[in-house]
Amino acid sequence: MSIAVARRSTLPGFGLTMGLTLTWLSIIILLPLAGLFLKTFELSLDQFWSIVTSRRTLNALKISFGLSFAAALVNLVMGTIIVWALVRYRFPGRRLFDAIVDIPFALPTAVAGVALTQLFAQKGWLGAPLAELGIKVAFTPIGIFIAMIFIGIPFVVRTVQPVLIDLDVEIEEAAASLGANRWHTVFRVILPSLIPALLTGFALAFARAVGEYGSVIFIAGNLPNVSEIAPLLIVIRLSEFRYADATAIAVMMLLASFLIIFAVNRLQRWAQTRIPAH
Amino acid sequence: MSTQSDVATVATELRAYAPTVDLTVSPLSSRKERTRPLTGRAVGNPRTEPGPVRFIIIALAVTFLSVFVVLPLVVVFAQAFSKGIGAYIAALTEPEALAAIRLTLLVAAISVTLNLVFGVIAAWAIAKFEFTGKTFLITLIDLPFSVSPVISGLVFVLLFGAQGYWGPWLQAHDIHVLFAVPGIALATIFVTFPFVARALIPLMQEQGTQEEEAAISLGASGLQTFFRVTLPNIKWGLLYGVLLCNARAMGEFGAVSVVSGHIRGETNTMPLLVEILYNEYQFVASFAIASLLAMLALITLVVKTVLERRLDEGQEPSDH
Amino acid sequence: MTIEVKNIVKKFGSFAALDNVDLKVAQGELLALLGPSGSGKTTLLRIIAGLDWPDAGEVSIDGENALARGASERHVGFVFQHYALFRHMTVFENVAFGLRVQPRAIRKDEATIRARVKELLDLVQLDWLSGRYPSQLSGGQRQRIALARALAIEPRILLLDEPFGALDAKVRKELRQWLRSLHSEIHVTSIFVTHDQEEALEVANRVVVMDKGRIEQIGTPGEVYDDPATAFVHGFIGESIVLPVDVSGGSVRLAGQRLNIAANGAASGASKLFVRRHDMQIGPAGSGSFEGAVRHVRSFGPIQRAEVALSGGEGKTIIEIDAPRDRELQAGEIVSLQPRRYRIFAAQD
Repeated sequence: MSIAVARRSTLPGFGLTMGLTLTWLSIIILLPLAGLFLKTFELSLDQFWSIVTSRRTLNALKISFGLSFAAALVNLVMGTIIVWALVRYRFPGRRLFDAIVDIPFALPTAVAGVALTQLFAQKGWLGAPLAELGIKVAFTPIGIFIAMIFIGIPFVVRTVQPVLIDLDVEIEEAAASLGANRWHTVFRVILPSLIPALLTGFALAFARAVGEYGSVIFIAGNLPNVSEIAPLLIVIRLSEFRYADATAIAVMMLLASFLIIFAVNRLQRWAQTRIPAH
Repeated sequence: MSTQSDVATVATELRAYAPTVDLTVSPLSSRKERTRPLTGRAVGNPRTEPGPVRFIIIALAVTFLSVFVVLPLVVVFAQAFSKGIGAYIAALTEPEALAAIRLTLLVAAISVTLNLVFGVIAAWAIAKFEFTGKTFLITLIDLPFSVSPVISGLVFVLLFGAQGYWGPWLQAHDIHVLFAVPGIALATIFVTFPFVARALIPLMQEQGTQEEEAAISLGASGLQTFFRVTLPNIKWGLLYGVLLCNARAMGEFGAVSVVSGHIRGETNTMPLLVEILYNEYQFVASFAIASLLAMLALITLVVKTVLERRLDEGQEPSDH
Repeated sequence: MTIEVKNIVKKFGSFAALDNVDLKVAQGELLALLGPSGSGKTTLLRIIAGLDWPDAGEVSIDGENALARGASERHVGFVFQHYALFRHMTVFENVAFGLRVQPRAIRKDEATIRARVKELLDLVQLDWLSGRYPSQLSGGQRQRIALARALAIEPRILLLDEPFGALDAKVRKELRQWLRSLHSEIHVTSIFVTHDQEEALEVANRVVVMDKGRIEQIGTPGEVYDDPATAFVHGFIGESIVLPVDVSGGSVRLAGQRLNIAANGAASGASKLFVRRHDMQIGPAGSGSFEGAVRHVRSFGPIQRAEVALSGGEGKTIIEIDAPRDRELQAGEIVSLQPRRYRIFAAQD
């Protein structure tokens, strides 16, 4: 009498916990997502396209993506400098500054928004001197740019930091022993090995900036076609009960973000084949 | 507030496309690396940059951080206290302010509790068992990280709004989801869901199933095993997840703004009130509330660092 | 408690971890499951414990179908390779755990539990550690605590998964002896898994040799050493010389040359000759089955170990033999070799 025993798990509770998990996920996540999809498919392709390519929408998307990209680039450069200083050098207050890097993560976006606005407004601590120089920051696209830089600061730093810490000193010593000067070593040996991490950090900063709302809308002028970000346009459309428009813009944002991240990801994979990661 | 939010955001997408990406950006792994000594062996290494170059780099870094991070923080408190302590306290004790504080605490309590329970349940299912579709499930859990807060709010409007799928039905039954506490709670639950699960899953996976198997072999039931063996082992990870979940729940702006309706005294959380007061040029009041949120952020950061140390200690090799 | 395992099959994907395994374990015996990694021994152990489930087959403990119950109900004590001590509990609480989670109906009162824990800690001679945490113990101490913990529930069977695998050699030897004396004191039916043949032969009453999911031989340590049933067992246990030979018409040939040994009923065809290093008798040239030149000699203790290149076959076959030191061998010397004791097995794929 040979019994085929059904597959069972050692630890109990699989059925129950999976069931509960799936239920909760369905209610909290899948259901809302389904709503989004349904709404999207209510539109015909033409309708979708016309909404998305309307002048105001296009401009909003351009502003959101364009400025996010630029801000992420700034964070790429500055983030590298910051992480280099934090990891490789000793200076008074280093630990403090290391902790400070996390603040844009931790600070509620609305707080960041009003603080940055206050700082860069015409009479603000930084806005005033800049106004003397003829540069207006608050309520212009520059303000958006500044806010996006703010929220992206931790991404490059925190992504690159562990990689830089783990970097083998012997590689640098080998390069030096082969006659490379410091410039060579840094730019030909060290930085290239950081590229995958840098790209990841860049992508993260970019993605975050694109979707950012709270930090940005205070300092942005929110003038349509000039300083209006895509998330704001979505909110406006919702308040106008133009749900379909709002959904279309949202879907466009999601698609564009996924595409760009996919591209960065490919780039990163390519970089990793050329430059083996740790 | 989005601690680690979009760090994991795109990491999720990246992970989905390229599982080979070595940089897991879960709160835990980045934390782990960061508590190693900040200085690599390169410090003190004669093979480093010349003095002037070092100076410039440090100066750039410090200046940048000071301008972009320190100054805004200082501005918050400076503005809040610009008319003295009296005005500060008065701003905080305004009925609207108190209502906002109460609402924020309520919503946070609801979200954190629910996400704590379900986060633990989900982590148990995922970490302690093998099954197909695990990656999909984890991606699903990570989803709220990947979307803009506004879109997170949007999806609920599409369901519950006046012209949403269930809008008419809700109106007919005089049930208010949007522009009321339930809507705010739902949106907050949505955006904060991943925190607990994502803190626990790698931790529980790393701890493996041996201790639980030992408990079972000694005769313990499932619940006994969980409460006596698993829970004590994950307590720091749990606290960590709850901490981040709470901070985000209290600080969430975009998603809540979309669903709240901004009804004074009723559906304004603290971040929303900051916005409203600021737009009315009531700077002291606005920054007073903002200062509370800023203090919450700072405290969260401090506790987070402490917990990170605990977590690292706990993962020192013990049995192996 | 007797255990009986019949026709157990366990697959992981297409990999057969256990392939129709039958085993009977007698009351009170200390049985070793011995084999290389991947042989299925740990899988078999875990199936008996209830920590894994077979795809087909039966397991009965004392005549009852064990597969109807989960691990928590089988009343089996399991000692894990990496101890699996509860890291946040003291040693005392670890050992007491099994007693504390018993259903209320049969749970003992606190005083009884304390007494029992103390008794067990005394048994493993670690009473003085009862307030410490696992991270404060050495590997050997942790293993003994793990054992005490498993014994606390008065198991019908004790199962140990490579109990000494993670320890260093000296501690391993000590614990081996300790386990054997413990077993003779308690007489619980015990099965332990190991890949270390010395351990299995030293400690167990009976040894089950496994390879690739199958049982190759079951027997006492003496039996598996002196009387290996298959080529695998002969090669796995003890050191063997293996020579490819050809059997036809009752005669055995090595590289074409006829050997002066009986085929002992071995089947015709390509085969392998297995001889223990010390079973190869050395004599002056011309007296034995085959000849070779001594290339290198190492003497230590009572034996000399010689590397001998066999003549014939271009002198490429080199074997190591152990010879007594009554006559010292010289490098370059031509000697003859005669297998005193040997086995011939058909050549495996």
